[in-house]
Amino acid sequence: MRFDSLLDSLGHTPLVGLPRLSPSPEVRLWAKLEDRNPTGSVKDRPALAMVEAAEADGTLRPGATILEPTSGNTGISLAMAARLKGYRLICVMPENTSAERTQLLRMWGAEVRYSAAAGGSNEAVRVAKGLAEQNPDWVMLYQYGNPANAEAHYRGTGPEILADLPTITHFVAGLGTTGTLMGVGRYLREHVPDIQIVAAEPRYGELVYGLRNLDEGFVPELYDESVLTSRFSVGPADAVRRTRELLEQEGIFAGISTGAILHAALGVAGRAVKAGQRADIAFIVCDGGWKYLSTGAYEGTLDEAEAALEGQLWA
Amino acid sequence: MSVQISIPTILRQYTDGARTVPADGDTVGAVIDDLESRHPGLRDRLVEDQSLRRFVNVYVNDEDVRFLDGLATTLGDGDTVTILPAVAGG
Repeated sequence: MRFDSLLDSLGHTPLVGLPRLSPSPEVRLWAKLEDRNPTGSVKDRPALAMVEAAEADGTLRPGATILEPTSGNTGISLAMAARLKGYRLICVMPENTSAERTQLLRMWGAEVRYSAAAGGSNEAVRVAKGLAEQNPDWVMLYQYGNPANAEAHYRGTGPEILADLPTITHFVAGLGTTGTLMGVGRYLREHVPDIQIVAAEPRYGELVYGLRNLDEGFVPELYDESVLTSRFSVGPADAVRRTRELLEQEGIFAGISTGAILHAALGVAGRAVKAGQRADIAFIVCDGGWKYLSTGAYEGTLDEAEAALEGQLWA
Repeated sequence: MSVQISIPTILRQYTDGARTVPADGDTVGAVIDDLESRHPGLRDRLVEDQSLRRFVNVYVNDEDVRFLDGLATTLGDGDTVTILPAVAGG
């Protein structure tokens, strides 16, 4: 396939079957390989969509500075787009993210400002909002509340999945900004009766939940509970175990958040088998495992990997 | 039913620092009422107007009860209940 530029090649990722992990010929799992995007993650879709929406409505002008709170992948996608389009980018990122994320952000020319580990992405959001107030000329795209984030999935990811899998019964994705689930979920609900939209939410170590009080909790503005049919919390032990199974049994080298999503997908697959129902379950492979090799998730025993991930923002 | 409840750091002031505490009840709501009798003040941090507070998530065996039957979600012996504050991802 030929494209005029890297940005033009975004999307249209493969949907591959998982013949070994699928429980039966009637209950099948399908992986949407979003690591096959320009910077290697699903976040290229919302990042480019948010930049182009801000260009279109005039908030982003040539030479502008973009500010974004991010645990990494959205920042990396924005850094690539900002470099190609001539914007300066400042990312606010929790300090307990993998070393590779900082390296990639800097390679693409982004400036990284760290927020405290305690509180995780909540704290990054809080710090970025403060910076935005002090620097009114900076443009915060704000992935948690920017409709262009979900819209990228409503227009791209959702239609691609339905075209490749018209018999889809379940869609499973990670819950972070909620953009993927809201966008794909809304699209599929409009086209597939009784579609099940399933969220897999990473459950981190206690440090990440170290808020000072409950009022500091955070629910992304994009989140609309009515789009989902169920929501699972997946801890690091299950996420790492499934990440490894995906590699060992199907050959797919994915990041740890994908393992969490696969865990939820296998859970709903098991329920379909028990109920004697057929199911075609599509789930998102968010990125490859490359950026997480230094976390320790890919070596040693499962217990060692789980211990290594304690306190890290692994998704 | 006797179940184990996992308590997040910010609410352990009510449980003398305990990470998990036992409680009895047939539903999530009943279990929270039982928690309140053992750890006064906890219920108000979790529940407002008969439903869960916005920034509180409760999971039964890792599934968010908002997508089950909320506070009426039934529990079986040995189920685990996890309480967590809502946090951002991305």
